[in-house]
Amino acid sequence: MKTIDLVKALDLKIYSGKDFLNAEVSGGYVSDLLSDVMGNAQEGQVWITLQTHKNVMAVASLKDLPAIILVKGYKPDEDTLKKSEEEQLPILGTELDTFTICGRLYELLNKS
Amino acid sequence: MQFKYKIAGGDFTNAGNASSAVKKILKQLNVDHVISKHIVVALYEAEVNIVAHAYSGVIEVNIDENQIHIILDDKGPGIADIDQAMEEGYSTASPQVREMGFGAGMGLANMKRNADKMLISSEPGKGTKVELIHYLKPDAG
Ligand SMILES: Nc1ncnc2c1ncn2[C@@H]1O[C@H](COP(=O)(O)OP(=O)(O)OP(=O)(O)O)[C@@H](O)[C@H]1O
Ligand SMILES: [Mg+2]
Repeated sequence: MKTIDLVKALDLKIYSGKDFLNAEVSGGYVSDLLSDVMGNAQEGQVWITLQTHKNVMAVASLKDLPAIILVKGYKPDEDTLKKSEEEQLPILGTELDTFTICGRLYELLNKS
Repeated sequence: MQFKYKIAGGDFTNAGNASSAVKKILKQLNVDHVISKHIVVALYEAEVNIVAHAYSGVIEVNIDENQIHIILDDKGPGIADIDQAMEEGYSTASPQVREMGFGAGMGLANMKRNADKMLISSEPGKGTKVELIHYLKPDAG
C-alpha cells in the first residue's frame, strides 16, 4: 500500500509533499517522543504524532519514514512545511484523535 | 576522510543537520544500508544532546575503509554521573525541551544500542566528549 492509498482511504488532508505520495507504507508508529521514534520506528512506517515542529522532519527523514500524520487537526509549523518539501516527505493530517486514526490505519493495512 | 560540523547549543532549528549530511555521505560511499541506519540513529542522538544540554560543540567524523569513528566534543555543563545519565528515562531536559518531545531520557540508550563501541568522558562544568565507533565490514569487531 502506498501513501496515496492511505490518503484516499482515510480521507487525510495533505499539508505538504503532494508530489511524493508514492512511497510504500509497511506499517505505522505512534509516539510524541522523538528519541522513541529514533530508536524504534522502522523504515516504511508512517509516523502518527501531535508534534508539529521542524525536528519531526529531521527524525522522519533520517529514519526513511514515508509520511507523517498529524492528529486532531494539529497543523505543521511554517518551517516544518518548508522542510517537508525539501525532504520530499509529506505531512498529512486528520481531525480524528490518535486512537481512532490508528485503529482505522491498522485495519486498512491488515486487510490489504 | 574527515568531516567537521559545528553545533550551537539551543539551536533546535538546525538540530539534525550534521546527521543528515553524514547520512548523505554514507549513501554516496555505498555504506551498507543497515550499518548506515545504526550510525545515523547514534549520531542524531549525540548531536541533539549537544543542542539540548551543552553550549557549543564540534562533531568530527572520520571514515576509513574499516570503520567510522565519530567524536563529539562539547563545551557545556558536562555529566557528573555518567552511569545515571545512561539509565533509560533519566533526563535533565528543561520543560520547553520536553514539550517538543525531547527529554525522554532515551538518547544515550539509543546510542549505546546502535554503536559498535561508545565511549563517554566528561568534566563537570567544562564539557563532554562522546566517541562512537561503527565497523563498516560486517565481520569486523
Ligand atoms: N552532551 C551532554 N552534555 C551535558 N549533559 C548531557 C549530555 N548528553 C547527555 N547529557 C545528560 O544525560 C541525560 C540523558 O541523556 P539522554 O540523551 O539519554 O536523554 P535526554 O537527552 O534527556 O532525552 P532524549 O534523548 O530522550 O530526548 C540528559 O538529560 C543530560 O542530563
Ligand atoms: Mg538526548
